[in-house]
Amino acid sequence: MLTCKEVTHLLSEGQDRKLTVAERVRLEMHLLICSGCSNFGRQMNFLRSACRRYVDRRSRGHDRAD
Amino acid sequence: MTANFDSAFLTEMRRDLLRFARLQLRDNALAEDTVQEAIAGALAGGREFAGRSALKTWVFAILRNKIVDAIRERSRSINVSALSVDEEAMDETFDGLFKPNAHWQPESRPADWGDPEAALNQEQFWAVFETCLEHLPANTARVFMMREFLEFDTDEVCAELKISTSNCHVILHRARTGLRRCLEKNWFASGGASC
Repeated sequence: MLTCKEVTHLLSEGQDRKLTVAERVRLEMHLLICSGCSNFGRQMNFLRSACRRYVDRRSRGHDRAD
Repeated sequence: MTANFDSAFLTEMRRDLLRFARLQLRDNALAEDTVQEAIAGALAGGREFAGRSALKTWVFAILRNKIVDAIRERSRSINVSALSVDEEAMDETFDGLFKPNAHWQPESRPADWGDPEAALNQEQFWAVFETCLEHLPANTARVFMMREFLEFDTDEVCAELKISTSNCHVILHRARTGLRRCLEKNWFASGGASC
């Protein structure tokens, strides 16, 4: 069983490389029963979209209609 | 060519680009030079631009390349993998979120941020986001921004900065967990968005 700390590393690395099937299975099993790590995982995804949007805002100027 | 673009627009564009360059280069003079070169390069190219946003997109693309060049240049003299006290402090803070068995301390367990995407439409959120980025230690920020802002593959980031893949992952994890904490503390928890 993965620890929460290990899970944070896998969730971060999942943004940078394709996780192995074994890693994904262990990760999913952990996430099923751990709300803290599930939240952490969603937050990692959110960080990625925030960064994309940040660059978008800077490179294109002001917000288009939201 | 420049006649189409009034000075207020150019000033504003320059300010936006400068902010972006400063965040990544952490060196005001270098950031100024880089932005200046990017704008000059874009306007000197003899290209026609359909409008302001076309010009800005183009300048920004040039700026990205120039930032990469500057980082590449600098990585020859800087050891990106060296840990500063700031990075060590971040690691300690992160370790402090866990019990000795490496599971979350109850009070540190990541909370539900609700609908965080809604924050992306709020001007104030971006101020917090930028402040959190500024708080990242320089080397950590450099690796993170190359990955997320300049959209390099992790392998390319490691190769450019001459760090091992595993170290790259450690640095990116440090950056993300640091940013996560900063946003949680300064936006999601204080804005009443946490559950």
